[in-house]
Amino acid sequence: MVTNSAADLGRRLRKAEWRGRVRAYALIAPLFVFVALSFLLPLGSVLFNSLHDPVVPEGLPRTLSALADWGGDRSQVPPEPVFAALADDLKKAVQAEKAGSIANRLNIEEIGLRTVFMRAARRIGEQETGPWAPFFEAADPAWAKPGIWGTIRNLESSQHKLFFLAATDLKRQQDGSVARQSEDRRIHITIYLRTLGVALSVTLMCILLGFPLAYWLAHLRDKTANLLLILVLLPFWTSLLVRTTAWVVVLQKEGVVNALLQSLGIIAEPLPLIFNRFGVVVAMTHILLPFTILPLYSVMRQIPPSYVRAARSLGASPSLAFWRVYLPQCVPGLSAGALLVFILALGYYITPALVGGATDQMISYFIADNIGRSLNWGLASALSAILLAAVLALYWAYDRITVLGKVRIG
Amino acid sequence: MTFPPYTTNLQRLGHWALWLACGAILVFLIAPVLVVVPLAFNKEPYFNFPVRQYSLRWFDELFGNPVWLAAIKNSLLTAVLATLIATTLGTLAAVGLNHRDLPGKRLITALLVSPMIIPVVVLAVGAYFFFSKLGIANNLLGIVLVHAVLGVPFVVVTVSATLTGFDLGLLRAARGLGASPVQAFRRVMLPIVWPGVLSGALFAFATSFDEVVVVLFLGGPEQTTLPRQMWTGLREQLSPTILAAAFVLVVFAIMLLLVLEMLRRRSVALRGLSE
Repeated sequence: MVTNSAADLGRRLRKAEWRGRVRAYALIAPLFVFVALSFLLPLGSVLFNSLHDPVVPEGLPRTLSALADWGGDRSQVPPEPVFAALADDLKKAVQAEKAGSIANRLNIEEIGLRTVFMRAARRIGEQETGPWAPFFEAADPAWAKPGIWGTIRNLESSQHKLFFLAATDLKRQQDGSVARQSEDRRIHITIYLRTLGVALSVTLMCILLGFPLAYWLAHLRDKTANLLLILVLLPFWTSLLVRTTAWVVVLQKEGVVNALLQSLGIIAEPLPLIFNRFGVVVAMTHILLPFTILPLYSVMRQIPPSYVRAARSLGASPSLAFWRVYLPQCVPGLSAGALLVFILALGYYITPALVGGATDQMISYFIADNIGRSLNWGLASALSAILLAAVLALYWAYDRITVLGKVRIG
Repeated sequence: MTFPPYTTNLQRLGHWALWLACGAILVFLIAPVLVVVPLAFNKEPYFNFPVRQYSLRWFDELFGNPVWLAAIKNSLLTAVLATLIATTLGTLAAVGLNHRDLPGKRLITALLVSPMIIPVVVLAVGAYFFFSKLGIANNLLGIVLVHAVLGVPFVVVTVSATLTGFDLGLLRAARGLGASPVQAFRRVMLPIVWPGVLSGALFAFATSFDEVVVVLFLGGPEQTTLPRQMWTGLREQLSPTILAAAFVLVVFAIMLLLVLEMLRRRSVALRGLSE
C-alpha cells in the first residue's frame, strides 16, 4: 500500500518524536522520584518546620479557646474560666508526658517560663477542683501577671513567623508588639555578616591565588601543565577531614609554620595561627582553591594567544593588552569559579568548627547548634531557610553564567 | 629559559615573579596534604615534628581497634550502597537528558545538580526531620539515601559529558540491524560511555566516603563512619590514629586520581576524540 502523503509522513515523524521524548522522560523518572523523596521532601520539611509550630495549640487547646472567649486585652490577667481550662489542659499534658515540651517551647520565647510552667505541672495532681487562679499563683506568682499569658497568646496559631523574627533578631513581645531582641540574644545579624565576610575573604583569596596559577598553567606546555595539574587535583580529591587535620598540624602552636619561623629567628614566640579567623580563611581557601583554578584554567586554555599579540602589535602596552583584551575573555571562568567558591563557602560547617574559635563560627554551625544543643528546631529551620534562599539565588546566577559562558568544572 | 631579544628587564622580572608565586601557591596546595604522611609513622603520640623514631603503631591501632574497624566497615558499606543507587539512577537519567530537544531539560538538570551546592547542613537537618517521621533516622538506610543524593550530580555530569559527542547514529544502526532498545544500550552505548559511568561512580563513592555532616545528624551511636571518627577525634582527644587514617585516605585519593586519569584517556580514545 502506498499512502506516503506528506501529511502522513509528518504525523508519523511527530509520533516518533513524541515517543522519543516519552522514553527520555521515562529514563529520567526513577532518579527524579528518588531525588524528590530523599532531597526535595527533606528540604521541604525544613521550610515547613520554619513556619509550623503546633506545640502550644496542640498542648493547650482549651486554654487558647477560653482566652479567645474571654477576649480581654493583654494588659490584664485572664479570669477564672481560663485558669480552669489551663488546669484541664495541664492534667492531660502531664498524663501524656507533653508538659516538658510545652514548657520548653514557652522558654524559647521567654527565658524562665520553663520553671514557671513546670512548677504548676508538678503540682497539678494535688488538686481536684477549683478555684484554679489561686492554685496557679501559689505555684508561681508569674501566673498572676499578664506576661506569660501574652507569650501563650503569641503562640496560639500553629502557623506563625516567630522563628523568622528570631532569626532576624526581632521578637514578638508579651504585649504583642514586635521589637528588637534583647541585647544578649541579638546574635544572628552578626552571624550573617560574619558568614558573608568569611565567604568573601575566601573568595577573594581564591581569585588572588587561583588566577595567577591558572594563567601560568594555561601557558605551559601540555605535558608540564598536566603534570602540575595533579598537584591541584590531589588536594581536591583528598578527604576534607584530612586537609583540615593537616592544617591543625601545620598551624598549631608547635606546628610546622611556627617551628620554621622560630628556627629562622623571625619570631620569638609562636604566633596564634589557628582557632581564629586567620586559620579558618587559610584552611577554607586551601579546600576551595581548586574550584577557582579548574574553571579558570579550562577557559584560559581556550583563549587564542593571537588576540593579545594583535593588541600588542597595534601598540597596546602589555598591561593594557592584558586588561582590555585578555581579562575580558577570562570573565566567564572567573565569575563561575568565584561564584561557586562563594556559594560553597557560605554553607561551610566542618572546617570552621575544627580550625576556628568561638567567634569564627558561621551560620551552618548555629543551625547545627540549634538542632543538637539548644533544641530550637524552629529557629534552626528558619536559619536554614534563609541560607537556602541565599544559596538558591546565587545558584540561579551561576546557572546563567555557566550556560552563557559554557564553563565546565573538572 | 630564553627570552626573545626585545624583552624588557621588567618583563623578565615579571616572568620570574610569576614562576616564584606559582611555585609558592603549588606548595600551599600540596604541602598540607603531604605533611601528615611522616607524622602518621611517628612512634610518639605527638602531632608535631620532628619525628625521631618511626613505627607502625598507629596503623595497628587503626586496623586493630574495634571502634575504628567498625567505622571503616560502615564507611565502605554506606559508600558502596550510595554509589550503586546514584550510579544506576544517574546513568539512566543522563541518557534520558541526552535527548535532543526535551522540554524542561535545563530545569531538570539544574535540580539534579543542585545537591552539589545546597549547604549540606540544611539537607542534613531536613533529612533528620523527614526521616524521623519515616522511622529511618538513626539508621544506615537514611545515611545511604542522602549520600546517594549527594553523589547524583557527579554521575549525571560525568555521564552527560561522555554522551556529548556520542554518535546517536550508532544506536540507530544497532536498532536497524535488529537489536532491541535494551540490547542496543547494553551492547553499543554502554561500552562507549562506561568510562564516564565509572568515573561518576568514583566521584560518588569519594563523596560518600568523605561525608560527615549527614552522618552526624542521621547516624546513631552505631553508625560511626571513618570521617565521623576523625571528627570526634579532632574535637575531643587528638590521637595520632587520626593521622594514620589520614595517610590511608591520602593514598586512597592518589589511587582515585590515577584511575580517573586512566578513565579519561580511555574515554577520549573510545570516542575517537583527539586530545
